[in-house]
Amino acid sequence: MALEIKTTGLTAQVRVERLGAATPSFLLDVSIEVFPGVTILFGPSGAGKSTLLDCIAGLLRPNAGRIASGEEVLFDSESGVDLPPQRRRIAYVFQSLALFPHMSVEANVSYGLAHLEEAQRSARIGAILEAFRVEKLRTRKPGEISGGEKQRVALARSLVTLPRVLLLDEPLTGLDAELKASIVDDLRAWNVAQEIPILYVTHSRDEVDALGERVIALEQGRVIGHGNPREVLDAPRRKKLAQAAGFENLLSASVVDLREPDGVMRVRLEESTSEIEVPLGYATPGDRVRVAIRAGDILLATQRPSGLSARNVLEGTIASLERRGNMVIVRVECGVALTVHVTPGATRALELAVAKPVWVVLKTHSCHLVND
Amino acid sequence: MEPLLLSIRLAVCVSAILFVLGMPLAYWLAYSLWRGKFLVESVVALPLVLPPTVLGFYVLVAMGPRGPLGKLWQAAFGHGLAFTFTGLVLASVLYSLPFAVQPLIAAFESVDRKLLDASAVLGAGALRTFWRVILPMSVPGVLTALVLSFAHTLGEFGVVLMVGGNLAGVTRTVSIDIYDHVQSLEYADANRMALVLLAFSFAVLSVVYGVNRRVGRRVWSPWPSR
Repeated sequence: MALEIKTTGLTAQVRVERLGAATPSFLLDVSIEVFPGVTILFGPSGAGKSTLLDCIAGLLRPNAGRIASGEEVLFDSESGVDLPPQRRRIAYVFQSLALFPHMSVEANVSYGLAHLEEAQRSARIGAILEAFRVEKLRTRKPGEISGGEKQRVALARSLVTLPRVLLLDEPLTGLDAELKASIVDDLRAWNVAQEIPILYVTHSRDEVDALGERVIALEQGRVIGHGNPREVLDAPRRKKLAQAAGFENLLSASVVDLREPDGVMRVRLEESTSEIEVPLGYATPGDRVRVAIRAGDILLATQRPSGLSARNVLEGTIASLERRGNMVIVRVECGVALTVHVTPGATRALELAVAKPVWVVLKTHSCHLVND
Repeated sequence: MEPLLLSIRLAVCVSAILFVLGMPLAYWLAYSLWRGKFLVESVVALPLVLPPTVLGFYVLVAMGPRGPLGKLWQAAFGHGLAFTFTGLVLASVLYSLPFAVQPLIAAFESVDRKLLDASAVLGAGALRTFWRVILPMSVPGVLTALVLSFAHTLGEFGVVLMVGGNLAGVTRTVSIDIYDHVQSLEYADANRMALVLLAFSFAVLSVVYGVNRRVGRRVWSPWPSR
């Protein structure tokens, strides 16, 4: 007997045409599937993340596509189905939160419950205010509560309607990590019982690491990767994604030779004579490639290092030092300009200073090949 | 005092009608995506730039015994429209229309669209969104619209003269009365009435600007405050 699995996931194939383009082109052309739990929609600004959420919520009509939650079709350009946002039962928390400024917290939260009887409504409001720890704020106006509290109220207002999907458009920007984590914990705890798909938009790498179960990477309106965050974002295949994912160094290079038995190839960095070893990729000698390296993955030494497993050592001088929070950003000129992150302690211990000669150490597997 | 009472009665009627009429018109002008919308906007704003005599002239022609509106009125009620209080109300509604509609448009347009999106996503239709979100957030604009249409109607002269003439107790409003007094060289009487109108207009504008200032949001007014 075949086992029938009832899917409660969200599927969306969406095409949005660019307005006023000389040749027909798509602002957004994606096909995604979102399962219960948190899925991150990741990409640089302008990648089309918010546009996609607007389509799913019904605030923007795609030019073509199909959007369904489980069995129920919300939008289908072929059969002409287009449920208005009021009937989609999809909750959407905007980046600006969009709390009604003239209403109390309680009135905000009860806004989506107009169809319920009084007793039922107040029970639901009580439960959700408690779940998100804002019951004490009932009578306050949004202008009188803190940023983190506003974010909790916005989540409560959306989730009290028992939606079948939750869309979050960078709702936690501007919060410190601890506050963010506590709100995310409450959200997760709530979703243990509900098990709805949550699509969480962000361009912050930190949030991906904190939340990530699955990630869908979007760039220029196309899905360019999906899977678990480490696979998708730690080995970025494209330049834009690499920049967004926090790769401070993006170097142009040309392939010198392939050393298949060693699992590496040598590339010559553009505008320099330096050659480094990078993981073997699909390339032939002479091909131009891009190498992405995190500033935090680079080692600095004040003497020529020896006895290292790292294969790439470049000699250079320090061009600038800049303290930023608990980090010092060092720019090293070694034929190419590299950005290196070190701790203030290391800066002192090594007596790093502008014009001081240094050696830069790159592990082969910290060098990621990306496409444009 | 009769002319003053008549003016106030006229202003109250006109403000009430404009309140009911202006609300949906302003809503449509603020949110419609129709391309030809600017034409309607121009028509609504016309009384701002048109000499009152021009507007009054056309309204008079339309209301006259041979005009389309006059004929219709004659058939329905058995008497004409020109030189009646009702005719005066109709003409004043047209003349004060921009003073009611434009502050409303400005207020509606200044409501953050994301709030409207949030309302829709939370299941509210257009009507509920209007009552619960747009209108409460547009209170200063609504107040401005009411006060300005009242004050503007109270002070009008040209249109009244063209459409209403000068019938004591029917169409002789304050401004006409003042004109009459001056014509008859009764400067003391003219001054008394003029002073009342001046004080009242100043009070009304102070209320409007004061409210706008307290709300801290710019609301449309025909005379920008800065």
